[in-house]
Amino acid sequence: MAVKAIRETYSGPVLDAEANFHGNRIVYIGWDRHLMYATPGALPLPPAMPFAKLLEDVLPQAYGLHPDFPKIQWDKVQWLLDGEAFEPAMQASLAENGIGHKSVVRFVTPELTGIAGCGI
Amino acid sequence: MAAGKRLGIKEKYNWMTKDLTWDFSYRKPSEIYPLLEFEGIKIEDWSKWEDPFRLTMDAYWKYQGEKERKLYAVIDAFAQNNGHLGITDARYVNAVKLFMTGVSPLEYAAHRGFAMAGRAFAGVGAQVSCQMQSIDELRHAQTQIHTISHYNKYFNGLHDPFHMHDRVWYLSVPKSYFDDAVSAGPFEFVTAISFSFEYVLTNLLFMPFMSGAAYNGDMATVTFGFSAQSDESRHMTLGLEVVKFMLEQHPDNVPIVQRWIDKWFWRGYRLLSLVAAMMDYMLPKRVMSWKEGWEMYFEHNGAALFKDLSRYGIRMPKHWEVTVAEKEHLSHEVWATLYNFTHAADFHTWIPEKEELDWLSEKYPNTFDRYYRPRFEYWREQQKAGRRFYNPTLPQLCQTCQIPMLFVETSDPTLIAYRTSQYQGNKYHFCSDGCKDVFDHEPEKYVQAWLPPHQIYQGNCGGATIPDVLGYYHFNVGRDNGEYLDSEDHTNWLRWKGQVKAAA
Repeated sequence: MAVKAIRETYSGPVLDAEANFHGNRIVYIGWDRHLMYATPGALPLPPAMPFAKLLEDVLPQAYGLHPDFPKIQWDKVQWLLDGEAFEPAMQASLAENGIGHKSVVRFVTPELTGIAGCGI
Repeated sequence: MAAGKRLGIKEKYNWMTKDLTWDFSYRKPSEIYPLLEFEGIKIEDWSKWEDPFRLTMDAYWKYQGEKERKLYAVIDAFAQNNGHLGITDARYVNAVKLFMTGVSPLEYAAHRGFAMAGRAFAGVGAQVSCQMQSIDELRHAQTQIHTISHYNKYFNGLHDPFHMHDRVWYLSVPKSYFDDAVSAGPFEFVTAISFSFEYVLTNLLFMPFMSGAAYNGDMATVTFGFSAQSDESRHMTLGLEVVKFMLEQHPDNVPIVQRWIDKWFWRGYRLLSLVAAMMDYMLPKRVMSWKEGWEMYFEHNGAALFKDLSRYGIRMPKHWEVTVAEKEHLSHEVWATLYNFTHAADFHTWIPEKEELDWLSEKYPNTFDRYYRPRFEYWREQQKAGRRFYNPTLPQLCQTCQIPMLFVETSDPTLIAYRTSQYQGNKYHFCSDGCKDVFDHEPEKYVQAWLPPHQIYQGNCGGATIPDVLGYYHFNVGRDNGEYLDSEDHTNWLRWKGQVKAAA
């Protein structure tokens, strides 16, 4: 639907098009029920990066300060990609795992209930 | 002049406003007023516009001139008497910083917006009201800058508010809100700003800041508040008048106005999230809790207003019940988020002291101890151990309100609310159904949103590192940002008050 605006044919460039990120794509990452990190994060990542790199580099840097983080058993983690359950192939790339530009990757650790068991 | 020849108020108003217009004979009305029709609002008779204040320009200058003289006398006295030493605590100044960088530039934007609306409307009554409001808003921006400039001599973070407003990540929230309104069209603009904000929500901005200033010894800001108050009541009246005028002019206007009310109520409510955090966390001496404020000003007064408007076919704004469900969570989530990212803010945050945590427990008996207090106590322990927590990752933002995705599901306060839309092959993310609705109705307006974290990653904000970006924001890194207890503001305050810094 056309925008009702003071200028006719009001439309703008998609400012966050993937082409604007110098070869990276934006991936949003959230750790469910660990609200010490008050919001999900936004990260520019190369689409060819193996998924395993997330576990080795990206997540420890983003979430390593949380006392639950060292307790995560990664083979038991439940993953959500854009709201749907999915099983990542660790050696395949982000792109091969279906992680698109501005996808949301969430991980769920049901046995870890956060600080004071409060989902923090 | 003979006393008997003086004009009555109504007569004077007619001569000095309505009679100033004329009919155009050699241009079509659509050439003179090109912005009147594209929004779909139908106006049959502009002369039906009633200005309840009937304020004429000469009286306007006189009143405003008197208010200015009083205000500047107080500002001078405040400066000469070191008024900044009379505030409750230096933490209070952080609310002033948020006001200066987040709100004062909106006053200036409103000045421009009402100048646009005044030029666009075809009726002289509406033109005069908008013109006066345009000048009021310019005066508010100016007097706020003058009032607050005193604090700029003694506290950090107040040195470049307009530069910051256009660039800083959390300030894209108020900026994009206003840009959305002013680029819409004159009728939507006045529904957004005059009605939805000034009439329905403004008490929740003005009351906390001005009463908060009074409670916390900030006489300069209180005086500014008094000086602006009579203007604000005129603006509120304009807001109600413009909506009733549209609704009375044509039945086709009702669904359009309802949709604008839905949109702008939600956008205004999201904007007030920052005020919620300010009320519950930034005022050392608190006026009332956000929850109490929302109950009084929206659930009670707002409901009465919408009951009154129901005779025009207007109902409560969509998603209002979400705002009620969120009232026990909002301020705590926002403060936790600001605490996460204070290393990249131009004000300070802190963990509330024990009595303050107790006050929050008392005001929020259903939620605070269960969900929020443990978070703050953990962070305080970490800080005492020399590990003040900062979130190292830039946040994901809502595409519409541009607030970091900090809001939780009302059915489960431990789970972040994620909403998504697809538009022309791209994904867009939202914090709420309210923000998703706004996007879905006019996606072209929001696909071009300038989202600060993405702009940083695209290389448009001074560089790749946090210090580069903070330099681009004109922050003085290490002075304007970070934890309050480690700040120069805190050290100075203790020195001025002859107190000793407690061990961390």
